[in-house]
Amino acid sequence: MSDMKHKELPDYLGSTLTVKCEKCKEELSERELAEHGFICPRCGGYNRMPARMRLAMLCDEDTFREMNECVESENLISFPDYDEKLAAAKAKSGERDGVVCGTARICGNPVCLFVMESKFMMGSMGTVVGDKIAALFEYAAKHSLPVVGYTVSGGARMQEGMLSLWQMAKVSGAVKKHSNAGNFYLVCCTDPTTGGVTASYAMLGDVIIAEPGALVGFAGKRVIEQVTGVKLPASFQSAEFQLGNGFLDDIVPREEQRGYIGHLLAIHRK
Amino acid sequence: MNAYEKVKCTREAGRATAKDYIDAMFDGFVEFHGDRRFGDDPALIGGVATLDGKPVTVLGIEKGRDVSEHVARNFGCVSPEGYRKALRLMKQAEKFSRPVVCIVDTQGANCGIGAEERGEGAAIAENLYEMMDLHTPVLTLMVGEGSSGGALALAVADEIWMLENAYFTVVSPEACASILYKDSARAPEAAEHLKLAAQDLIEMGIIERVIAEPRDFTDPAQCKAYMEKLRDEVAGKLHALRGKKMNTLLSDRYEKYRKIGRCAPEGAMPAPKKH
Repeated sequence: MSDMKHKELPDYLGSTLTVKCEKCKEELSERELAEHGFICPRCGGYNRMPARMRLAMLCDEDTFREMNECVESENLISFPDYDEKLAAAKAKSGERDGVVCGTARICGNPVCLFVMESKFMMGSMGTVVGDKIAALFEYAAKHSLPVVGYTVSGGARMQEGMLSLWQMAKVSGAVKKHSNAGNFYLVCCTDPTTGGVTASYAMLGDVIIAEPGALVGFAGKRVIEQVTGVKLPASFQSAEFQLGNGFLDDIVPREEQRGYIGHLLAIHRK
Repeated sequence: MNAYEKVKCTREAGRATAKDYIDAMFDGFVEFHGDRRFGDDPALIGGVATLDGKPVTVLGIEKGRDVSEHVARNFGCVSPEGYRKALRLMKQAEKFSRPVVCIVDTQGANCGIGAEERGEGAAIAENLYEMMDLHTPVLTLMVGEGSSGGALALAVADEIWMLENAYFTVVSPEACASILYKDSARAPEAAEHLKLAAQDLIEMGIIERVIAEPRDFTDPAQCKAYMEKLRDEVAGKLHALRGKKMNTLLSDRYEKYRKIGRCAPEGAMPAPKKH
């Protein structure tokens, strides 16, 4: 276990890089984007937020303690080019795999947290992601703690074959165990939450929220367009679409999430 | 056969589909329709029957045997209401303490606008979640195609048996090839890398048994002998699973899924810390 401060937070606030807004494609400094919580100050569009920035946004100061931070993926089925992809993902994200797990307090409430990292192979779920999240739910069940999760994922990681698909069942089982013991689980779907993550722990929360405009769905939009021959509107599989179809409890703006989650943790506190 | 030859073999006409298994292995099958929420999915057949004189719930993903059946069954691509019908019947099996046999043969969950609107992801998630804790034995037979979450949604089971040429994969080899190589024609290569064949999966501990197939499914004598043998083996396994204490059955099922790809060991879990 380590304190978050042991791992250097990438210095987004001191960054001199120029980046493009994911939504309006305008150039701006990474520092400016970080200062605005990765919401574009020009267009108001939500950009993907690094996992550790989310933790900093959500957790009470200096309360996050990371778990299983040293676990790393291996090329378990000798999939071609996977070793290189892992090395590139580590360099790009500064993380060892696609999820950060640990304990913290939010508005004074103790909580177990997992936050997926989009910069690590677009949050794809392999054995490390699945196993760390399952272990977190087991830990939370053992200590009667709630779980708050942030998802961002392209789905199961195909480079680990069936071992990845298995994680959907494994994590769902761990969520069930945690739930059977009367513990609270809140999940926030961020852009994009798709495939095997949608078809498992992203849709199993007692409370399921999403960020405005986030893509939340199962099958890929382009694949559906190919299969059906229908051009789908931009709103298809948006958080607003999911809210309208009854699959989300609410859409919560980024700046309100800490207070919203803190309030619900207090209501469910044991 | 190499991996992709097996994949192609599962798509050939004449191979036994879920309905053939239900007809040949079970007695007195009564089909139940609908999810009691939205509709009835013809891609998923469910109902009750007896197997070797004992009641069972049977669920099968049916893709149809000719073009008109393929269309009527939506090519075995299950919609949310199909998964919800399956879950409804599994909960009914739990209530009446009868085991569940799932027969899986699907190229994947239904990929469509309505399926997304009605929560394909949520429906699959709920099946995984509930099946992991279903208080009755579950045995899954993978008899042909088994692609992705759409197949997994009926494969959280105490045991998974797979036909020697069936496949079970995280992503179809064609989709994998088009993502990796931008060329779906390279599916044969992708199929090798994905380790989707029964022999690969038994080595990984994902499935429990590989079942020998008849050389020719269209030969009535061969097919009859094959089905009778399989029926006896399934009946024997269900008998053994029924003999397990419920707590043992459920903890063994949990551990079977828990241990695959285990890398965040409990020893690495931190002690609770006061904040």
